Amino acid sequence: MSRKVLLIEDEPNIAEAIRFLLTREGWHVETHAEGSDAIEVIQGANPDLVILDVMLPGKSGMEILRNLRELEGMQHLPVLMLTARGQSRDREMAENAGVSRFMTKPFSNAEVLTAVRDLHAQATRS
Amino acid sequence: MATLNVLILVCLGYVVLLFGVAFAADRMAAAGRGAWLRSPLIYTLSLSIYCTAWTFYGAVGNAARSGLEFVTIYLGPTLVMLSWWWGLRKLVRVGRTQRVTSIADLISSRYGKSNTLAICVTILAVLGGTPYIALQLQSITLSFSIFAEADPSGLYREGSSVFWVAAGLAVFAILFGTRNLDANERHHGVVTAIALESVVKLFALLAVGVFVVWGVAGGIGPMMDRIDASEIGQWNVDAGRWTTFIFLSAAAFICLPRMFQVMVVENADEGHLRTAAWAFPLYLLLMSLFVVPIAVVGLDLMPEGSNPDLFVLTVPLSQGNDWLAMLSFIGGFSSATSMVIVTAMALSTMVSNHLVMPIWLSTQGGAGSVSGDVRNVVLMARRVSIAVIMALGYYYYRLSGGGAALASIGLVAFAGISQILPALVGGLFWRGATRTGALVGLTVGFVLWIYTLLLPGMGGAIMPDSVLQNGPFGWGWLRPQALFGIEGMDPMVHSVMWSLALNTAAFCAASLLSFPSPLERLQGAQFVNVFDHSVSPAGWTGSVAQSEDLMIMTQRILGSGPAQEFFQHEAEAQGGRTSLPEPTPGFLERLERELSGSVGAATAHAMIGQIVGGSSVSVEDLLAVADESAELLEYSSQLEAKSAELSRTARQLREANTKLTQISEQKDGFLSQVSHELRTPMTSIRAFSEIMRDTDGLSAEEQTRYAAIIHDEALRLTRLLDDLLDLSVLESGRVSLNLGGDTLGSILDRAVSSALAGSHLKLKIRRARPSERIPLNTDLDRLGQVFINLISNAQKYCDADEPVLSISAHDVGGQVVIDFTDNGSGIPPEAQSMVFEKFARVGGDKAGGAGLGLAICREIMQRLGGEISYLPGQGGAAFRVRLPLAHRQAAQ
Repeated sequence: MSRKVLLIEDEPNIAEAIRFLLTREGWHVETHAEGSDAIEVIQGANPDLVILDVMLPGKSGMEILRNLRELEGMQHLPVLMLTARGQSRDREMAENAGVSRFMTKPFSNAEVLTAVRDLHAQATRS
Repeated sequence: MATLNVLILVCLGYVVLLFGVAFAADRMAAAGRGAWLRSPLIYTLSLSIYCTAWTFYGAVGNAARSGLEFVTIYLGPTLVMLSWWWGLRKLVRVGRTQRVTSIADLISSRYGKSNTLAICVTILAVLGGTPYIALQLQSITLSFSIFAEADPSGLYREGSSVFWVAAGLAVFAILFGTRNLDANERHHGVVTAIALESVVKLFALLAVGVFVVWGVAGGIGPMMDRIDASEIGQWNVDAGRWTTFIFLSAAAFICLPRMFQVMVVENADEGHLRTAAWAFPLYLLLMSLFVVPIAVVGLDLMPEGSNPDLFVLTVPLSQGNDWLAMLSFIGGFSSATSMVIVTAMALSTMVSNHLVMPIWLSTQGGAGSVSGDVRNVVLMARRVSIAVIMALGYYYYRLSGGGAALASIGLVAFAGISQILPALVGGLFWRGATRTGALVGLTVGFVLWIYTLLLPGMGGAIMPDSVLQNGPFGWGWLRPQALFGIEGMDPMVHSVMWSLALNTAAFCAASLLSFPSPLERLQGAQFVNVFDHSVSPAGWTGSVAQSEDLMIMTQRILGSGPAQEFFQHEAEAQGGRTSLPEPTPGFLERLERELSGSVGAATAHAMIGQIVGGSSVSVEDLLAVADESAELLEYSSQLEAKSAELSRTARQLREANTKLTQISEQKDGFLSQVSHELRTPMTSIRAFSEIMRDTDGLSAEEQTRYAAIIHDEALRLTRLLDDLLDLSVLESGRVSLNLGGDTLGSILDRAVSSALAGSHLKLKIRRARPSERIPLNTDLDRLGQVFINLISNAQKYCDADEPVLSISAHDVGGQVVIDFTDNGSGIPPEAQSMVFEKFARVGGDKAGGAGLGLAICREIMQRLGGEISYLPGQGGAAFRVRLPLAHRQAAQ
């Protein structure tokens, strides 16, 4: 069964890089670039993993995550959050919102792959 | 009938008794026993020296001559006691806190410790007191003569007897009044003796009254019938005379030196006034109870032409009641002696403190206060003063001929002494009263009193009849008893009205016109607000070395015992390291008060001034404390100003804090956004370069595409850094303008070609070239930068199918206005106010800008003296650039 990742990122070049990396790892990658309807897209896609940017048009990644965690069955969905703002306050906020893993841009490709593998392994174990 | 010898023996015996009582009272007080000596009863009885021989004998005479008018003399003090005791309480409090020795001292102290004023009051008091003493001489002499008429030895000569009475009274007063030096120490002995005399005279008068009503008339009923039959019983009230007499007796009760002595100086406790307020009027009532019956019976019994002033004596004699007559004589004698003793004490204190001591001090120079024996000088001065005062009384008696009615002499004295009233009452209740005012008022009143009352009363010897009849030098309007042509008035009413009215008017006017010295203002505040002041402000400063000199001086004035006690007490109060206290301002202040109790305020001030250095306190020191209320006012307004300043500062701090917080938040937001803008392209660059490095078997197509992405993102980074640097330079204001001249048209040409160069996007530009022939003198590159920005924005964001940008230029009122309008959907209204903010990208960053372009444009236009704004309602996005043409003109 193929693993599905939903990538929510408004920067097309970054989205393309991550798609390239994860596709080669055997992931089915779906992308979305808008914040406002992200929750519905996640629910509709029913992914194994979500990669979420913080600064999105329409609705911030933090808010999307908070709303997501309030939804039935979404408490344990692995969410990897990426941000370009890089302030310690953001990491704190993300953890309070229920993030699974938090990474700061620019990241190394190996880091992203490791994080995705770890998160998936944890999710399948439990 | 008792012989003269018996009478003299009785008198001497009575005097010895008084001495014994006084001596015993002093001993008891010194031993700390005899609390009753300081009782309200003794105080009230001592006030009864108001009733002199004049009251004792003269009231009956007055009633026999003028009916009920004698009552006015009792009504004045009664009214004062009943309705003005709060004023007396203030007087007593001032007297005690300032250690005042006499009424002259009080006036002097109030008006800046002025000795001139003290001398004036002293002279006035002596002149006013002289007729009064003469009156006492006359009463004793007359009563003697009654007994002498019947004396078989025939030794009695009237002329010599007056002399001997005067001399005897002088000795008596000297022995009684100058045993203690400190006039402010309570004279327990004298006061007790006076109280005893008050009881004796009341008892004597009541005894005669009882004898007359029940022994002669035969009871109350027949007595009332007799009174009704007599003229005295008729109620004849002359409103002018009654008002004047009530007022005069009230004023005299406050101002007479002897009254001041017993009421203020000898007062041991303010609370005694409460008792005296009802007890003293009661005493006066008893004193006046039998006046009318004695007068009525006397007129009935005694032969035509007999002196009604002596009815108290002659009625019992005529009835053969020698012992009652003797008691009556002792009563009269008591009245006269008590008055003379206290008056002499009070006047001699004033004379020695305000006349003799200042003269003596000035002749001694600076050495006076520490070398000579001040104590003896003071005592001698007082004794001589008493002798002189008695001599004056004696001569007044001789001059006035001795025949005038007792009551009128008393009233003359009252009118004289009442001249002090305006300065006294004004000083107690009006802070605006000044020394000049008091001096002028006193002088005016004093002169008018002498001219209109004293001199005319002394007979032709001093003031010729021609002056009385026609005025001085024939000026009728200056006739002493009809000033300014007002005739037909009672001489007494006339004099009192003019002298007191002009006195008060002059006092008020001169006070308002003159400016008080600092010391006057200080003293004025302490007097008027005596109930608010617990301690007086410090005035003196001195050095330790002067303490010894002060000690020597104090010993000479107070005597060594009290002086050492005072200094030791002060040294202990200061901490007691040395036997001598340090001359702190507080200590000097208390020492001055202590000394002023002996030598008066002005003299004490001068003596301490001689030792402590300088003449007195510096004006600066005094001014600092002078006007306490002014200072308080100033202080409170300062506080007000300070609190206003504080709240203003607090508000400014709050504002500054809010601003700082905003700036800090803006800075945080800016940094966060810069970080985001930098990290985003870097993320793409890193990701794709790692893909290219780590991935085997990438197609050539993929390689080219990824390299292009890395290249574009690197360019985006460079642009961002350029914009940031540009913006920071523009915002810091350090940018220097590079002025040059060109037409608007050619600037736009360059901007359009630069913006569209290398772009695959199609944008049509529509221009109206004729309107662009406007010459400009400005920074051409910067203006071009703004134009390029606007054109590329239209290129990036115009969402029309066939995007068109119209550029139009107008010359409007000294400004060139250039509008850039595209045919897209424009900027939504809620975002229009945001477009010039940093990183404000409307509708996502599909064009890859950092969102700094319009912020940079705004800064540039501000530097060029113009502005850029969004033009709403133009269909598409529309921006307007304004630039002043004045720039060009100024450069030409």
